[in-house]
Amino acid sequence: MENKLHVSFSPHIRSNNSTMRTMLDVVIALVPATVAAVILFGLSALLVIAVCVISAVAGEALFNLAIKKEQTVGDLSAVVTGLILALNLPANIPLWQAAVGSLFAIIIVKGIFGGLGKNIVNPAIAARVFMLIAFGSMTKAVFPNGLDSVSGATPLADLANDKSVNLMDLFLGKCGGALGETCAVALLIGGIYLIVRKVITWHIPVAFIGTTFLFTFAVEGGNLETTLAWVLSGGLMLGAIFMATDYVTSPSTAKGKLIFGIGAGVITVLIRFWGGYPEGVSFAILLMNIVNPFIDAKTSRKVFGGKK
Amino acid sequence: MAFSIKGIHIPHRKNTAGMSAVRMLVPSMVTIPMAMHIGKPAKPIVKVGDSVSVGTMIAEQDGMISSPVYSSVSGTVKGIADIVISNGRRVSAITIESDGEMTPDDTIKAPQINSKEDFIEAVKMSGIVGLGGAGFPTYVKFATDKKIDTLVINGAECEPYITSDSVTMVDRADEILFAIETADKYFNFEKVIIGIEKNKTAAITSMKNIAAKYKKIEVKVLPSVYPQGGEKVLIYNTTGRVVAAGKLPADVGCIVCNSSTMANIARYIKTGMPLVEKIITVDGGAVKEPKNVIAPIGTSLADVFDFCGGFVSEPMKVLYGGPMMGIAVPELSVPVLKQTNAILALNEKETRTAKTTACIRCGKCTNSCPFGINPAAIAKAYKDKDAEMLEKLGADVCMLCGCCSYICPAKRPLAETNSLAKNLLMEERAKKKEVKA
Ligand code: SF4
Ligand code: SF4
Repeated sequence: MENKLHVSFSPHIRSNNSTMRTMLDVVIALVPATVAAVILFGLSALLVIAVCVISAVAGEALFNLAIKKEQTVGDLSAVVTGLILALNLPANIPLWQAAVGSLFAIIIVKGIFGGLGKNIVNPAIAARVFMLIAFGSMTKAVFPNGLDSVSGATPLADLANDKSVNLMDLFLGKCGGALGETCAVALLIGGIYLIVRKVITWHIPVAFIGTTFLFTFAVEGGNLETTLAWVLSGGLMLGAIFMATDYVTSPSTAKGKLIFGIGAGVITVLIRFWGGYPEGVSFAILLMNIVNPFIDAKTSRKVFGGKK
Repeated sequence: MAFSIKGIHIPHRKNTAGMSAVRMLVPSMVTIPMAMHIGKPAKPIVKVGDSVSVGTMIAEQDGMISSPVYSSVSGTVKGIADIVISNGRRVSAITIESDGEMTPDDTIKAPQINSKEDFIEAVKMSGIVGLGGAGFPTYVKFATDKKIDTLVINGAECEPYITSDSVTMVDRADEILFAIETADKYFNFEKVIIGIEKNKTAAITSMKNIAAKYKKIEVKVLPSVYPQGGEKVLIYNTTGRVVAAGKLPADVGCIVCNSSTMANIARYIKTGMPLVEKIITVDGGAVKEPKNVIAPIGTSLADVFDFCGGFVSEPMKVLYGGPMMGIAVPELSVPVLKQTNAILALNEKETRTAKTTACIRCGKCTNSCPFGINPAAIAKAYKDKDAEMLEKLGADVCMLCGCCSYICPAKRPLAETNSLAKNLLMEERAKKKEVKA
């Protein structure tokens, strides 16, 4: 019989999710924050985003060509990295710096370590920290259109100097900061989308934000208003929802995720209050990325009926 | 701490639910393999030209773990030759041309059963083997010297498409009850638990009816989570007992039998008619009229599909069994086996999957593994040929259920790699033993 049937190992049906669909979901989840950034910061925001995404994708394509690896830009992971990095940058950043940061994320942090799934730290976080060190602090961020920018400082800097901030403005993003970190409501919508789509679970964001909240509340001596201001600003939402949940650099199990989130929250507060850098979030995630293999190993699931 | 067995929700696609099995037309030819079970192939005792009837023994059991084989039609033996079945495996098979009469063998009579030994002998002589690719001879499960207190009847039927067990539970409830009663006479179980997924309401009602007639029977309704019917999963979810790595159900006092196995045991004990036909679900997007069919063992899949109206579209994959654990066959000429409970012809859409990418370390594989195994880590250890690591990761516990491969967004062939990793681990263990000896 010349019947040509396809023979392969079971299972013979697969779920309809895919790497690309997962990345696409992250992009979709970032749409509200991206739109908010463009509304708040205008054309310059759009430019920064475009430069970051394009250089990430082009960087990955060229890197694959250079090392003669199968082309992987179709999986959209470079788009995600570029977009997340852009949302971590201020609107007035020189575009060449944005491009350098993006290439750093894709080539140094991801490519050299073996590409998708092989990086040790989150590429966007590592790039942000690298840029902070290489190009100087970003606390002197631009302000959204039409807002008075007398102090020229972000709410974090204001908070650090005991100035008061308007909570509603923080929630809606009417404050200084990086493109995507200012509008908490847009980030929350994206986070809920990711949880509903089962791309991420609630564990890391809730543990991270919750810990930061409680610890800050204690440090602030029970002042709810300033605590909320700390929680709503400084990239905590962006970091906790989109960067700390990066599969590659966070634990697999629920237990591991909770530990990871709590650890990140504690470090964030420590750095914010005692570390000199208001941007504790990036450093906290970076540090947790580094200890992640250890957490992951210690919290892996026990095998049914297996030996201890 | 209680172990939480995970699993996945998969599409049910039980298109044939509630369809009673229909007897197919007598095939003109059957090809009956000698190895439809693990262990030694049966030894042919007929020669070309012999005439046989339905139920005539054509090959006898050879060795401790083996199973006799019977003719499924009446007619003439045409040949004894090797055929290629699934996975390119060559097995010897007897071809019988049918006379279309289906005359039963007149020497057949119900066996005399007066003891446990008689019961086990009867199950052995019935030729019944377990479901699943391996086809473990059923009598071996009963022939244990371990203390058995619970009989678990597997009616979970967690694979998509397949309804043959549910149909058996509805249509052959009395036979299932008879087999339970007979077995209980000699084993004196404390309990007989029938495990059924909660979406099979007709089967649940039917089994509750027999439970009302026999007080040791308890029907346990289980969530519809794949792989509820996995032997260790079922034992845990019905009795709370954990079958440890490398152990058997008997080690925790359980015998697990499929619901249709019980019905077939009853038929043999009542009438002496051995296993010569199977109720199989014929389904899949490529099949014109999905049905539950009573097919003689040895019927070619092509004949069975023809009986179901043939194909509406080009089948991409044809399977023995369900889409999660079934075995893809190379051609339609392969026969219905003793352990076949379904044959599926899947179309392009059903088998479609995204491109394989690098692992994105999402953890979905380990989080969906019923047994908490980490297939991504096993894949890495296998690549490094690190047997020690495989041991540590519990690669041998994997039942190849396929949840991990199913769920993986990167479409890694995790179950397949696990099966290779298990082999590697077994080889290394054997080597270690040799060194020690
Ligand atoms: S499910 Fe697939 S992509 Fe996710 S960790 Fe497992 S192997 Fe990697
Ligand atoms: S195939 Fe093995 S590793 Fe994968 S989910 Fe099933 S038992 Fe777990």
